[in-house]
Amino acid sequence: MACFSIPNIRIKGIAAAVPQQEVSNWDYEKLTEKERRMLVKTTGVEKRRVAPKGMATSDLCFEAAEQLLEKLEWQKEDIQILIFLSQSRDYYLPATSIILQDRLGLSKSCLAFDIGLGCSGYVYGLSVIGSMMATTGLKKGLLMMGDISSATCSPDDKSTYPLFGDAGTVSAIELDADAPPMHFNLKSDGSGYEAIIIPDGGIRNLVSEQSFEVKQIADGIERCNLNLALDGVDVFNFSITQVHPSIRELYEFANTNTEHYDYFLMHQANKLMNETIRKKLKFEPEKVPYSIAKYGNTSSASIPLTIVSELSDEVSSKPLSLLLSGFGVGLSWGAVSIETAPIVCLPVIEV
Amino acid sequence: MNIEEFIEKLEEEFDELEPGTLKPETSFRDLDEWSSMHALIIIALIDTEYDVTLNGDDLRAASTVEDIFNIVKTRVA
Repeated sequence: MACFSIPNIRIKGIAAAVPQQEVSNWDYEKLTEKERRMLVKTTGVEKRRVAPKGMATSDLCFEAAEQLLEKLEWQKEDIQILIFLSQSRDYYLPATSIILQDRLGLSKSCLAFDIGLGCSGYVYGLSVIGSMMATTGLKKGLLMMGDISSATCSPDDKSTYPLFGDAGTVSAIELDADAPPMHFNLKSDGSGYEAIIIPDGGIRNLVSEQSFEVKQIADGIERCNLNLALDGVDVFNFSITQVHPSIRELYEFANTNTEHYDYFLMHQANKLMNETIRKKLKFEPEKVPYSIAKYGNTSSASIPLTIVSELSDEVSSKPLSLLLSGFGVGLSWGAVSIETAPIVCLPVIEV
Repeated sequence: MNIEEFIEKLEEEFDELEPGTLKPETSFRDLDEWSSMHALIIIALIDTEYDVTLNGDDLRAASTVEDIFNIVKTRVA
């Protein structure tokens, strides 16, 4: 079991950016009025932000980073590591993180690389940047993540299109000898790789003419192989059976329990699914914030976005015990237990 | 567990249904209200109430309320 601890790492600040354009599921014409009510009740998604064509995840992350660095009064030359975690990178190659290094005006001695994960990304990303900084002594780093999902979901697919929103975030990470260890439990199950997939466009299935062929999968579900396909029942079952036991393993490793935590922040996947997990772990509703009604499922951005949109006053004013849990595409999931010091949070930025 | 209780719980979750709409022989996919969201609601309910996990194949194989009930009954610890 992949439980481990990383000492001396602090989250100093978080900022999130979303596109200005807001779309409401109450206007989604692929669904009847009754189906819309059902969709909102079950998934919790009412509104989503949708990027204009050509806007990349890195544009949102860039804006968030510029504003956060200014607020923190961090000097750009002091940033020694930049990680960009996304499934919607700017180009097939090179890695987006490297373009961001230059665009942000960071030093050439800043190391930069990408990670290709989704829903579990915030927890995984923290573990990667945290362990690199803790072992190498790099002092300041930026962990940027999010996705433009609207570009890859078919608007004619009611099983994906109304669920996802676009967002990009940045977390400022600092080496701090006084920071208590973060405890992680990270997991993978590649046997479920087809549960959330864009089948074509990689090396396995190169883009071909057939990739663009729109197929009717079911009533209200039309998409091509360059669109995201989601098996809702499989993902739902995975989440309600795998997430809570892995958190209990983390409790045992970190010597904590549900009562220990001030807040439990879950990837914003689906309200019914998240509520099922919340009840299994016996968290009180007040301890489990949601941003899914306003922003939908924003992939790896959902945990930092929820922190800045729902918990900003709390995390910025006092130390807290936080439990963060990401789960989904891969299948990949992980949880982290963090004792925070006040975190600088910017209000959600519109680009 | 008995099927009356099971139906009562289902009807509570599907709050658009008139109580008494569901019968053991009701073919749930033929209900006007049926959508894929109801599948998730059924899975969540059965998981929470009976600690039984239904997968996609289970649901595809079932056509009536009683079919689902029988699957759950055989798996309840």
